[in-house]
Amino acid sequence: MGVIMRDGQDSGTVPDHYDTRTVGDPDGYDGALGGLKRRDFLKFCTGVAVTLGLGPGFGIRIADAATKAERPPVIWLSGQACTGCTESLLRTQHPTLESLILDHISLEYHETLNAGAGHRAEQHKEHILDKYRGQYLLIVDGSIPTGEAEAYCMVAGRTQRQSVEEAASGAAAIIATGSCASWGGIPSAAPDPTNARPVNAVVKDKPVITTPGCPANPYNLVSTVLHFLTFREFPEVDDKGRPVFAYGRLIHENCERRAHYDAGRFALEFGDEGHRKGYCLYKLGCKGPMTYANCPVIGFGDVAGEGAWPVGTGHPCFGCTEEGVGFFRPLHSLSDVENVEPPSAYPRVQAEEGEGVTPGAAAVVAGVGGAALGAGAVMTSRLARSGKGDGGDDSAGDDNARE
Amino acid sequence: MTVNRRDFLKGAVAGAGAAGVTAAAGPASALQRPTPELPPEAVGLLYDSTLCIGCKACVAACKDANGMAPEIHRDQRPWNQGTWDTPQHLSADTLNIIKVYRHGTMEQKDRAENGYAFIKRQCQHCIDPSCVSVCPVSANTKDPKNGIVGHDPDRCIGCRYCVLSCPFGVPKYAFNDPFGRIQKCELCNHLPAGQLPACVDVCPTGATLFGPTRKLKREAERRLAAAPGERLHVPRGDIEGRVGGERLGHDAEAARYQDHVYGESELGGTQCLMLSGVPFDKLGLPTDVPDYGYPAEAEGIQHTLYEGLVAPAVVLAGLAAVTWRNARGKADGRPGDADDGPDSGDTGGGP
Amino acid sequence: MSGGSGHFAPLGGRLFTRTFAIASVLFLVAAVVLAQRFAGGLGAVANINDGYPWGMWVVVDVVIGTAFGCAGYVMALLVYILNRGHYDPLVRPALLAGLFGYTLAGVAVIIDLGRWWQFYNLLNPELMHGDSVMLEVGLCVLAYTVILWLEFAPAILERLGLRRAERIFDRGMFLLVALGVLLPTMHQSSLGTLLVVLGHQISPLWQSQLLPVLFLVSAILMGFATVVGEAVLASTGFRRPLERDLLGRVSRVMAYVALVWLVLRVVDLSVRGAFPLAFDGTVQAGMFWVEMTLHVVPLLLLASPAKRNQPPVLFASAALLLAGGIVYRINAYLVGYDPAGGTWAYFPSVPELLVTLGIFGLEVALYLLFVKKLPVLHRPEAHQA
Repeated sequence: MGVIMRDGQDSGTVPDHYDTRTVGDPDGYDGALGGLKRRDFLKFCTGVAVTLGLGPGFGIRIADAATKAERPPVIWLSGQACTGCTESLLRTQHPTLESLILDHISLEYHETLNAGAGHRAEQHKEHILDKYRGQYLLIVDGSIPTGEAEAYCMVAGRTQRQSVEEAASGAAAIIATGSCASWGGIPSAAPDPTNARPVNAVVKDKPVITTPGCPANPYNLVSTVLHFLTFREFPEVDDKGRPVFAYGRLIHENCERRAHYDAGRFALEFGDEGHRKGYCLYKLGCKGPMTYANCPVIGFGDVAGEGAWPVGTGHPCFGCTEEGVGFFRPLHSLSDVENVEPPSAYPRVQAEEGEGVTPGAAAVVAGVGGAALGAGAVMTSRLARSGKGDGGDDSAGDDNARE
Repeated sequence: MTVNRRDFLKGAVAGAGAAGVTAAAGPASALQRPTPELPPEAVGLLYDSTLCIGCKACVAACKDANGMAPEIHRDQRPWNQGTWDTPQHLSADTLNIIKVYRHGTMEQKDRAENGYAFIKRQCQHCIDPSCVSVCPVSANTKDPKNGIVGHDPDRCIGCRYCVLSCPFGVPKYAFNDPFGRIQKCELCNHLPAGQLPACVDVCPTGATLFGPTRKLKREAERRLAAAPGERLHVPRGDIEGRVGGERLGHDAEAARYQDHVYGESELGGTQCLMLSGVPFDKLGLPTDVPDYGYPAEAEGIQHTLYEGLVAPAVVLAGLAAVTWRNARGKADGRPGDADDGPDSGDTGGGP
Repeated sequence: MSGGSGHFAPLGGRLFTRTFAIASVLFLVAAVVLAQRFAGGLGAVANINDGYPWGMWVVVDVVIGTAFGCAGYVMALLVYILNRGHYDPLVRPALLAGLFGYTLAGVAVIIDLGRWWQFYNLLNPELMHGDSVMLEVGLCVLAYTVILWLEFAPAILERLGLRRAERIFDRGMFLLVALGVLLPTMHQSSLGTLLVVLGHQISPLWQSQLLPVLFLVSAILMGFATVVGEAVLASTGFRRPLERDLLGRVSRVMAYVALVWLVLRVVDLSVRGAFPLAFDGTVQAGMFWVEMTLHVVPLLLLASPAKRNQPPVLFASAALLLAGGIVYRINAYLVGYDPAGGTWAYFPSVPELLVTLGIFGLEVALYLLFVKKLPVLHRPEAHQA
């Protein structure tokens, strides 16, 4: 059961300027992803490959995976969340949500997007968990209440913890998306009445991929999923389970305002001259120097494109992806600069300077020195010879008028 | 050992004085003059390397406040065509610079092994400044009240003795300007009253703090007293909140400091103080130095020999008398001839 | 000084010799470089930088140049103060060496000053800073240059036939001589004191509170060496008799001075415990040994009274001692200097060297001009009489 009406028939409406009869479509790419023409589809796949850091050559493999007949089933569970991650996912453009869930994956259960409701939806979930045991992909957003507060989040008579544990046991892979599912997010911030925990605190026997963010950038989630579909394994992750392609660098490292930071130009308060000129927002509390995410590279919600992210709009990054930073540090407090090493252009304490010996100068000095030495030697020997010529009466003490 | 050495030197110079200048030079008194006191209203900076994030805001602000051109070091020319200010040293166009100490993998800030640390260099405003002592035309001066070491280019003759003698390598000369001048940090005393030094004004973390040197010293001691990791309130701007107005501070964790306030005693003490997490010599600061300024030694020698020009005057009188006597009575004004052998006769010979 | 007309005579002869031409060309080349220096700043031609603000021009032209110029000083000391009148024949040539050494050092100072157009501030009593060693050096060098010209004035007056003016000079000569001894004593020692304030920037191999004494003794030594060297050169160059006996006696004094210097230097180094640095294999250590060798070898050469007045020994020892003095000064000012605040390199640039060569060329050309046109050299028959 598909959760949204299949609209694959749109793929028949190919734009006029593109003639499939003359070029042909041997691999069936044309019309994929909800009606992209073949060329745009391949462009997209190549884009995904590049985002993942794979190189353009992998675009074809991603395209193949994306057009495969069999789409892996996906179960999506939402815990203590604001649904922002889902909302964000709905707006993904690369690809659009419908092409993702109709052409790439088979989204079998999602509490917000389910077409069916109530027992019917739950039945379907049970069915899929059973039928595709060991094959389906589990995606979780929202944190999980634990301990005495476990009952605060229940669906169909089961606590979120039970639902996640049950679904995780048969999942081929688990992705926790959004900061809440990744490390606790807002619910885990003080006073934390529900003892909110991330997915990897509940599921301990399987690796959990995390794509934190508030909301998570759908591009990163989709790219991770497509990587999994293509290679049957997840992209390289760091010690917090975050894909390195998206969370490998500090926001500070790729920030479009970095030049201002390096040149020491800061906005000192909102609306001042520096702020209007687009100076660095560090002094306003930007958490970019301690937050790992690719926002400066791909923009924020995969909607408006480059520049559409907090720093681009003039507000400091508040560190939503970073455990212990977003929702934990005061919004405008200074961040610690987490550079693993200082910029290489900075002058060293012992920078070398000044002009050493040049060949020309050495030649002049050697020439003068040699001439002096030679002249001295010649002079001395000449004196010595003339001294002998004088006879041995040097000690006579009288000045001679000869040489 | 020290006493022996000093006694020896005293004796040696006294002996040399007797030999070279004749005995009239008088006995050489104590060779070293005392180190001056910290001026009553001495102001300075407290730079805390552990708070510094290396943003170089102070470098840019300093250039701005002093109207100086960006510098592109020749090593940077391949990638920097004028977009960035990348000086490597203090220079006539850079009165304030952030340098970096780097070691090994540079994993952690403020650690000597496999770490890195920032250091801000500017004039230390010595209590006993060499540049003031050596200047022949009083172009470098130390304000008797606030102790700021200033420079007056209208007096300067450009001998660059201050550039040579500064133990911190601070005063610099514009070598590529036919009418170049000496430049050094004057703690922004050219700005209108009530304005902070530019480097302090823009420092985002309070790593550079302005204020009376005595108070800065207490602040530095407070930070050293805190246990590493302890939350400390760090002020920004003027520690007294007077110059440049009241500023919000912020909380930071106390770092693992070297247990010393640099500038407290080095070379007679400086009005600008420093704290660091790595040994100060790694930051390019002279550490193996006496607790008195070098001018105390040099001026001591000068004063001993030339105080009030008494000794030279006495020597001159003696020399003139001897010459006159030697020349007297000679029809042609030429001196007579004493014994053979320059080492055997007395100095007063002559008919 | 020495007023006795008739004892000295112009050498005469052709002025435009090959030596004169080479010296003039060197000077002209330097003049071109100097035009560049004044148009584009010091950095346009010289390699001096913020780490080595003093380079070739200060160390060689001024510090070493004036040490050469000490010839006039030591002869005045010997003849007029110690009353050794028999050295009189050597006085005027020595004076001439001093005259050029100091005058051209003054020229070099103006070239090297970063703000030369404000040089007069040095003479402004309101601005004079009494604590500054540099002030003392500057004023003393300036004053001594004037004194040297006044001391030498009789030679010019004699040539011009102004007998009365010459007599006036003779009467006041004792004061000029006294000043001419006092001033170099002051500033040659101060050239050493200049370095004391550099503290740890100078290697312990050279940094010492004895620097003023060492520099003074070394300057006296170089003064003697210049007298001897110049006398030998003049006698061979102009085919004149060598005042051999006289030079033998001067060289004996010179040997004693060299001994004093060496003893002071070694005692100072041992007391300060700096000797281990001489064995650490650095360039500084190497240059230290060059310096010591250049002082020890001539001392050995001069040790035997029998050989002391032989021209080759005289010349070689004088040349070696001069080289030793030069190396000592270069060591103290440049080799032993480690700038604060960074790792700096310095080696004189070609134009910088050309200026120094040009000043040397000017010195040679002027010397030739003066000895040929003015009564400087001793009349051989006058001495024998």
